Amino acid sequence: MKIAVLAVQGAFAEHEKMLSDLGADSIEIRKKSDLEQDFDGLILPGGESTVMGKLIRELDIFEGLRGRIENGMPTLGTCAGLILMAEKIAGGESPHLATLPVTVKRNAYGRQLGSFTTKADVSGIGRLQLTFIRAPYVESVGKGVDVIATAGGKIVGVKYKNQIGVAFHPEVTKNTALHEYFLKMCLSIC
Amino acid sequence: MENERYNLNKELAQMLKGGVIMDVTTPEQAVIAQEAGACAVMALERIPADIRAAGGVARMSDPKMIKEIQNAVSIPVMAKCRIGHFAEAQILEAIEIDYIDESEVLSPADDVYHIDKTKFKVPFVCGAKDLGEALRRISEGASMIRTKGEPGTGDIVQAVRHMRKMNKEIARLTSMREDELFNAAKELGAPYELVRYVHENGRLPVVNFAAGGVATPADAALMMQLGAEGVFVGSGIFESGNPQKRAASIVKAVTNYNDSKLLAELSEDLGEAMVGINEQEIELLMSIRGESGER
Repeated sequence: MKIAVLAVQGAFAEHEKMLSDLGADSIEIRKKSDLEQDFDGLILPGGESTVMGKLIRELDIFEGLRGRIENGMPTLGTCAGLILMAEKIAGGESPHLATLPVTVKRNAYGRQLGSFTTKADVSGIGRLQLTFIRAPYVESVGKGVDVIATAGGKIVGVKYKNQIGVAFHPEVTKNTALHEYFLKMCLSIC
Repeated sequence: MENERYNLNKELAQMLKGGVIMDVTTPEQAVIAQEAGACAVMALERIPADIRAAGGVARMSDPKMIKEIQNAVSIPVMAKCRIGHFAEAQILEAIEIDYIDESEVLSPADDVYHIDKTKFKVPFVCGAKDLGEALRRISEGASMIRTKGEPGTGDIVQAVRHMRKMNKEIARLTSMREDELFNAAKELGAPYELVRYVHENGRLPVVNFAAGGVATPADAALMMQLGAEGVFVGSGIFESGNPQKRAASIVKAVTNYNDSKLLAELSEDLGEAMVGINEQEIELLMSIRGESGER
């Protein structure tokens, strides 16, 4: 199993480490030609969504990513990755890949002093320790979107067809459950 | 609970990796930096090159100006306080800064003690010239490290020296027998637990960026290839002929630091780089601030 990790900025190495701990290979997407390789799943990591959104456009990765996601490539977005996937960003900011019918609110818990951890149930996975860093949450979901996690009354995890988007960072914890769940989804789709 | 806060602060630095943190002095510059792809901005009244030129005591920036920058951008905002000046740090925490840089660019407020950063909820980044200095800052509570380099010079030689030295010392620790680590800790002047972490993991326990003297996309790529996890650019951008273009090029150079063909394109036609000062011409060495008398 080979998973592509968007590696233009952010915590992509943490995802790669987690994949390798689970016995999956990973490749890094830094430029257009990297997308020519075969892979079975895609991870959009945490980082700064403004930076990643700009770089995927200017490095000509944008259409390749969007096309793959729309054609059913299993995709996991964490924090900034969720923002990249969202169809709408609250406050009127232009969306990026816009493949996931949800509205996200950026920096929804404020600045770094608002960052926190909490425990919550994630559907199909179980109870997890969730880490939120200058995190977004999902304000509203469109048709066909399943809410898989809530924390403090806010939606922090969604699933839609081949896409999983979460506002938290499983990659910085030691718990691999969400990645295992994602790899199973990659297996069943491909 | 305190440990949880420290982890969150280290993790914010992880999210900044592979990115460029840019010095800005106005909300307008902050917007330019964000649009050019900065992953965070450092709000300060004067960039290091101008601090050098002006002389005198350099202090924390006006909180009003920092707040204006916070309101202008959606990316994290950092600000500098003087080494040892915990009251300045308290003020920065009160305005909910995302990261405090306890920085040798400003005039040190204490010639012996750095800030006890474990007393704060907001994260700190500190400069280091070598591994011992980095681990001492981490033991005081820093959740991110950067090379000191020599700020405001546009000369990369000191940042290279600091990064290479740190790498060499890390490699040395990883090759040691366990019973040699106690003495290594003594020699480095660093806590044993942190020395042991480096021995086992072959890296610092926190993210390590390059800073001080980065002026071109090639400088940024050089530091990334030497193992930096991201780059601070201070005077290099807004002292140059075309800040927007240079900033955007440095951002892309950090992402694709191994792609020499792309780096060649990115280095084209950037206009004038900042003038720069060579090491031998420097009158004020900022990198020795903070620890010159410590050991």
